Parts: sequence; structure tokens; C-alpha cells
Amino acid sequence: MIQVLFFAQVRELLGAAKVEVAAEGITNTEQLREALAAKDDKWAKVLSSDKLLVAVNQTMSAWDATVVDGDEVAFFPPVTGG
Amino acid sequence: MTVTANSNPRQVVRVQTADFSVADEYAAIANDNSDGAVVTFAGKVRDFNDGSAVTDLTLEHYPGMTEAVLVQLAEQAYERWPLNYVTIIHRVGRMELGEQIVFIGVTSMHRKAAFAACEFLIDFLKTKAPFWKLEAGEEGNNWVEARDSDEQAASMWNDDAK
Repeated sequence: MIQVLFFAQVRELLGAAKVEVAAEGITNTEQLREALAAKDDKWAKVLSSDKLLVAVNQTMSAWDATVVDGDEVAFFPPVTGG
Repeated sequence: MTVTANSNPRQVVRVQTADFSVADEYAAIANDNSDGAVVTFAGKVRDFNDGSAVTDLTLEHYPGMTEAVLVQLAEQAYERWPLNYVTIIHRVGRMELGEQIVFIGVTSMHRKAAFAACEFLIDFLKTKAPFWKLEAGEEGNNWVEARDSDEQAASMWNDDAK
């Protein structure tokens, strides 16, 4: 399974902080995003944002980054700390 | 929540809900007489953003990743400048107007390195570290939008000479 985390506005809009996704058929971050977006219209809208960022195992990653069974993947909006 | 990246006792990274004392943090890094420069930065909760009144702020973060990113930033600063102490403290949770959010403290033999490293750290912290601000105001809650100017400030360091 892939552990998927959501933060900030993405978490709030989806109404979920964490989900588990079966790793079968998923090899990269884009495929994971597409699998989650297929859930329903709301998820499709939130996860289609061109500002969405992704981290794999707590490292900021690209949309073709490899994802394997057991990974922790997080989706979130641009960061605004400091 | 204290993370020490390596065996460097002069590098401190903390993510915490509690407030911090600038005087205490200054004292902790200003004890080495080989350092001629101590530069500190404190970021506070201000009462406006994009023209709207703000009443309080809540900072969300990604536990684990946040600390790791801050440690990486501190290590990059050590690689770029001859630094002695580096302290990064970032608060999370709810904060009132005027409260302190973030502290950066840097020491070096010379002021230019200390000023540059402090500015480098805050620029990258604003664009690379997974913190998100939720502002509360009279019209409800509002997630702070990322600013292009912050991204530009961080990207400028890529072209700079050390």
C-alpha cells in the first residue's frame, strides 16, 4: 500500500488528511494523482490544480518521480511559512 | 521537537508550538569571541494581508519533512558561507497578532556572510519548507497564497556568487 497524506487547503477541500492506495498499477507520482482524481469530481478538481506539489518519502518531488509499495506520498499547495 | 542533523552542536533546528526568546537564542549563539557578527531575524504575525484585517494565524506543517528540510537548508548555508552557529526555530499552531513565528540566528567572523546566510535561510524557508498559514479575519478563514516574489527571491540565490 501507498500511504498518501494531504496538507493545508488540499486536506481541507478533500476532507481527508490521509488515505491508503493499492500500489498495483502505480509507478510514479502522476499515476498516483490520476488514481486519486478518479475518485469523484471533487477529488478531480482539487488534485488537478497546476499549483499542486508532491513529496515522496518527505522529499519534494517531480510529477514523474517513482512511487513504490510502502512509500509515503504527500500532496499539498505551495508553502507559505516564514 | 528538536532535530540535530549531524554531530554539529552549533546547528539547531526546532519546530515547536511554544514561543521563543530572542534574547535567549541570541545568548546561545553569541558566546564565541571568534565571531565578529551575529545576525538574527524574527518574523511576526502582522495585522493585515493583501489589504484584509487579520485577527490570528494558524500554522500547519508536515511533521518529519519540515524538520528534514530545515536541516538541509542549514547545511546548505554552512556550505556556502563560513558560519559558526546556525539556529532555525519555526512555530506551528495558533498565534495571535504580534506573536513571533520564526527565528533565524547566524554567526560568522564577518558581517557579510552572516547577513547573506540569514537572508538565504529565510528566502528558502518561505519556498521550500512545508509550512502553511491559515489566517483568520472578520470575513472568515483564509489560506495564505504563495507569492511569486518569494519564489523569485529564493531563485536569485541560484545565480549569486557565494
